[in-house]
Amino acid sequence: MKLLSRKATCNSHGQDSSYFLGWQEYEKNPFHEVRNPAGIIQMGLAENQLSFDILESWLANNPDAAGFKRDGESIFRELALFQDYNGLPSFKNALVEFMAEIRGNKVRFDPNNLVLTAGATSANETLMFCLADPGEAFLLPTPYYPGFDRDLKWRTGVEIVPIHCSSSNGFQITGSALEEAYQQAQKRNLKVKGVLITNPSNPLGTTMSRDELNLLISFVAAKDIHLISDEIYSGTVFDSPSYISITEALMDRNLELTNVWDHVHIVYSLSKDLGLPGFRVGAIYSNNATVVAAATKMSSFGLVSSQTQYLLSVMLSDKKFTSNYITENQKRLKKRCDMLVSGLKNAGIGCLKSNAGLFCWVDMRHLLISKTFEAEMELWKKVLYEVGLNISPGSSCHCTEPGWFRVCFANMSEDTLNLSMQRIKSFVQSITTDGDSRNRRQTVRNSRRRSLTKWVFRLSSYDHEPER
Amino acid sequence: MGFTSSNQHLLSKIATSLGHGEDSPYFDGWKAYDKDPFNLTQNPNGVIQMGLAENPLCFDLIQEWIKKNPKASICTAEGVDEFKDIAIFQDYHGLPEFRNAVAKFMGRARGGRVTFDPDRIVMSGGATGANELIAFCLADPGDAFLVPSPYYPAFDRDLRWRTGVQLVPVPCHSSNDFKITKAALETAYEKAQESNIKVKGLIITNPSNPLGTILDRETLRTLVSFINEKNIHLICDEIYAATVFTEPNFVSIAEILSEDIACNRDLIHIVYSLSKDMGLPGFRVGIVYSYNDEVVNCGRKMSSYGLVSTQTQHLIASMLLDEEFTESFITESAKRLATRHGVFTRGLAKVNIDCLNSNAGLFCWMDLRRLLKESTVEAELALWRLIIHEVKLNVSPGSSFHCSEPGWFRVCFANMDEETMEVALQRIHTFVHQKETVVPAKNKKLWRSNLRSLSFSSRRLGLDEVVLMSPHSPIPHSPLLRAKT
Repeated sequence: MKLLSRKATCNSHGQDSSYFLGWQEYEKNPFHEVRNPAGIIQMGLAENQLSFDILESWLANNPDAAGFKRDGESIFRELALFQDYNGLPSFKNALVEFMAEIRGNKVRFDPNNLVLTAGATSANETLMFCLADPGEAFLLPTPYYPGFDRDLKWRTGVEIVPIHCSSSNGFQITGSALEEAYQQAQKRNLKVKGVLITNPSNPLGTTMSRDELNLLISFVAAKDIHLISDEIYSGTVFDSPSYISITEALMDRNLELTNVWDHVHIVYSLSKDLGLPGFRVGAIYSNNATVVAAATKMSSFGLVSSQTQYLLSVMLSDKKFTSNYITENQKRLKKRCDMLVSGLKNAGIGCLKSNAGLFCWVDMRHLLISKTFEAEMELWKKVLYEVGLNISPGSSCHCTEPGWFRVCFANMSEDTLNLSMQRIKSFVQSITTDGDSRNRRQTVRNSRRRSLTKWVFRLSSYDHEPER
Repeated sequence: MGFTSSNQHLLSKIATSLGHGEDSPYFDGWKAYDKDPFNLTQNPNGVIQMGLAENPLCFDLIQEWIKKNPKASICTAEGVDEFKDIAIFQDYHGLPEFRNAVAKFMGRARGGRVTFDPDRIVMSGGATGANELIAFCLADPGDAFLVPSPYYPAFDRDLRWRTGVQLVPVPCHSSNDFKITKAALETAYEKAQESNIKVKGLIITNPSNPLGTILDRETLRTLVSFINEKNIHLICDEIYAATVFTEPNFVSIAEILSEDIACNRDLIHIVYSLSKDMGLPGFRVGIVYSYNDEVVNCGRKMSSYGLVSTQTQHLIASMLLDEEFTESFITESAKRLATRHGVFTRGLAKVNIDCLNSNAGLFCWMDLRRLLKESTVEAELALWRLIIHEVKLNVSPGSSFHCSEPGWFRVCFANMDEETMEVALQRIHTFVHQKETVVPAKNKKLWRSNLRSLSFSSRRLGLDEVVLMSPHSPIPHSPLLRAKT
């Protein structure tokens, strides 16, 4: 008899993808300004490290939050014992207000409709458990966050059917793409339970247009299915067009009293907006009482530490702090994005025009030897080993067009970002100006291919957390 | 805006089932308590919570440690230098110092008789998350785990709800102090086989919830040989390991493995948590410790769904690496638990209420069989409702733990202060006297002597004797209420 479950022995956790090779290489040879200036620069990590100073200064001014104290009185006992899956009321109140503030206070959220989870990872899985049975499917626009393959499918048995988006229209979702995806699911005998979008998008870094949102709303209403809007990057919108959240789009169409209102669910987290992925703070927001009830019970499997709930309840209740943080953080993100975009432009590389997120969607199609994913992989490995940058290949995000890469800009210092731009520039120059470049490339490719085999062989024993 | 029932089809089977288990009568007591919670000064007639296995007895020690160690918090001036690194760390391996600290603590909680490998420690969202995780790793939907009864009610949810795994109880009886026997295991296993149910493992809680007892070496060795023979897993939920407050010493499965015993280590897994031993359920520190490399590997990936907040990992790591602290904490905690247990069991003994002889846990397994109208679950629940609504104590009926014998109740003794404990005992005294003095005066003496002589052997008696002893007339108003007017 097989000793472990099918889930334990299958590959649905997605960690055998080549995506992790880059990670592994980085860990072996990580860049350091002083100690290892020739090392690999990590640009595959969608972290927000730009605004910790603002958090740290808040902490310095608010010692009570740190010491399990409220108004000078110790609440250690209450917090230590607090395991109510309804969550700390003061935290949920503060969190929904923070979410509203991020949306320019154009919408309001009810804390009773919020379910706390251990990160967005848990929120997404929990929603799948609530909305779909094994073998049913959700439609997702490509390219999408690689972690969805694990979070949505692994233990739930739910399938993902892609909605193909293309560069011809800036990767926007079209009505025909939606219909096609739906048909595809039918062909595969998969019952479609909903659509899941990430808005702002990972990996595109763009916010959805009102037209797209309306298209989606009409689509799910017509098909009588769910719509999940993963708004984990909602606080990172740093440029126009201004962010339109799904809630706003629904309200603008006066859909509050209709069926579709109960079929739209939002996922949120503090991992990107506040840069606190370690704290595991995720949330599901839904107007559907049954979903909220079921998800709340399921959250038992991944509650947020009361210690963390308390700290953040105090922090997010400080409106001076939140408004300053949101504005300043967005300013810094814009600056960084501009740096990356102009640095790449300088190297003759374009990006999808973006206004959000912690990364750019970079167009390196012109650097491909052929319009194939094999060529994309080759280019990716070159960038990894020759240029020393770990960036994320579009194929890992299920992009249908080879040559696109996600490059993060918020998880390093300015100097490091500048250095990475210099490296890219030199690299592009070397492959486009040098007469011997093709031969050199071939030689380099051959030697790298040999050494690559070694790494691929070792890959299966390596495990690491996939990053957004 | 609500939803219409026609929308139910849009949700999953899991979401619309009752697999979460919250419709069980078990929660009625909670509701009664929530509506009317006892408070020594503000609501002295309220319901006393005795259904909550919490351990706040040593919070003073933890608080003192936290005060003395500001660096353990990443939010204090002393510790804020580490804030950034801790806040961005989301590696599912966990902070190395956290794993080291937990491994050390687990060893210390077992008297230093075994050591644990930090690399086998997998985080989870409390023991709740740990139990579900291990079920996902070891069993497919439809597969089953054997579980000795009485058992912790939430296993029904944690092990079954989203996993699709089944539970097959292995009934244990008061006749041998609820020990797990090989015969009972074999019977349960065969029954499962006959019903075409694939048994993937056996899950035990040791020390036991709700019994408060620990498994002796012989039983553990029996279990090990049983699971090896059947080639099934053994999951040991050792969440109460450090609550053993008096001899005999706790024998962990880890200790058995370190002895000369034939065992396929790939079958052995431990579930742990800091919720009981340290009284920190709010911090959600759950652990899966497996001797099976594949399970560690897979479990680690699954832990993504319930990682421990790094803020908490950091605090706990600092605390548990302080060996002077952990040593004195474990010793003092055991002392205080022993004292509580003593006060409570002696208080019960005064009215001839026996508890199963226990040396661990945060509760007693109380024998109220002689107070039942008849030896049925209905009678047990009737008695339970009486206790909740009239005696105003939220205790947990044995049926909620799937106990095969009616009349047993789990009563928690650690989650309240001493004065509240006194009030609870007083109410019990009054209730028992009430129940047993509603007889004609001339038979009183006979009744009482019968009662005493029967109380020790009551465990072996059947239905008739119980009917004889309990009055048939309805219980009048609670003496507390009467005293008020």
